[in-house]
Amino acid sequence: MEQFLRGIKDGIPIALGYIAVSFTFGLTAVAGGLSVLQAVLISFMCVTSAGQFAGIEIMFAGGGLVEMAMTQLVINLRYALMSISLSQKADQSMNIFARLLVGFGVTDEIFAVAVGRKEEVGKEYMYGLIVIPWLSWTLGTLGGAALGSILPVILSEAFGIAIYAMFLAIIIPAGREDKNVIWVILIAASISMLVYYTPLKNFISQGFVIIIASVIASVIGAVLYPVNRENDSIN
Amino acid sequence: MIDLLVMAGVTYLIRALPLVLVRKKIENRFISSFLYYIPYAVLGCMTFPVILYSTNDICSGIAGTIAGLFFAYQKKGLLFVAIAAVLAVLVIKEVVRFV
Repeated sequence: MEQFLRGIKDGIPIALGYIAVSFTFGLTAVAGGLSVLQAVLISFMCVTSAGQFAGIEIMFAGGGLVEMAMTQLVINLRYALMSISLSQKADQSMNIFARLLVGFGVTDEIFAVAVGRKEEVGKEYMYGLIVIPWLSWTLGTLGGAALGSILPVILSEAFGIAIYAMFLAIIIPAGREDKNVIWVILIAASISMLVYYTPLKNFISQGFVIIIASVIASVIGAVLYPVNRENDSIN
Repeated sequence: MIDLLVMAGVTYLIRALPLVLVRKKIENRFISSFLYYIPYAVLGCMTFPVILYSTNDICSGIAGTIAGLFFAYQKKGLLFVAIAAVLAVLVIKEVVRFV
């Protein structure tokens, strides 16, 4: 119980940060034609920022299930690494059942807090850490989805940039720490822009652009700048 | 509705399976390097160039991008950078409206 409360306490700052972005998600989803219930269900079941934003773009564009699955796979591949890393830090209380539950809530921020602890992490701590951000992500989406239509247009348009600004807040500081990361970002962004500004745009859907650009950029990064064993953690 | 289930299913499995199945450290240097770079590559190509058009007019989009880049470089938190970008967009939209 003590560990659970500890987790709750550590989860509150994450939950606050999630409100603005999930609000934007709800707003974007409903503006694109999804129902309030659909938007809330997506957040409730997926709990991931980049994957959800890409996912609804594919829904709006009427993309296929294979494209949806492949896009989610690539965008969320980073979670696999986080889960592997978190697995090394889990104590004995993390049995298979607990791992199946905790796996649901491994987000970038929850992962960062969990592995940032000095001691091993148990299931109670993880349950506490996950539950509040999960609720705020879902409720923020409900807020954006429900209020989106009564919000002044200028505000909802301005909120459109929030998710991308958050992405910048993740990648730019990482690039300051490791300049190889900057090169990988530049390669990925260049491929994306190449497609966007040429007729290629008419042949390749948004989901596949993400897959192609990020796989090419990461392979180039892994070949030219392999990461040292010592500092191969994601942070 | 099926696409929602596919989305949620893939997202869940990719997080839960490694937690259940992989308990050892990945030794392959290429794979661990690839996995290290993937998050940044994904977010990089998702951000550019669409961030410029995310606000429905290019002027405010550019202003928001500059504000976002500036504060991200200052290592401000996620919420701070997001709000700063939104405010920059609002300011430019208001200015454009009155000129």
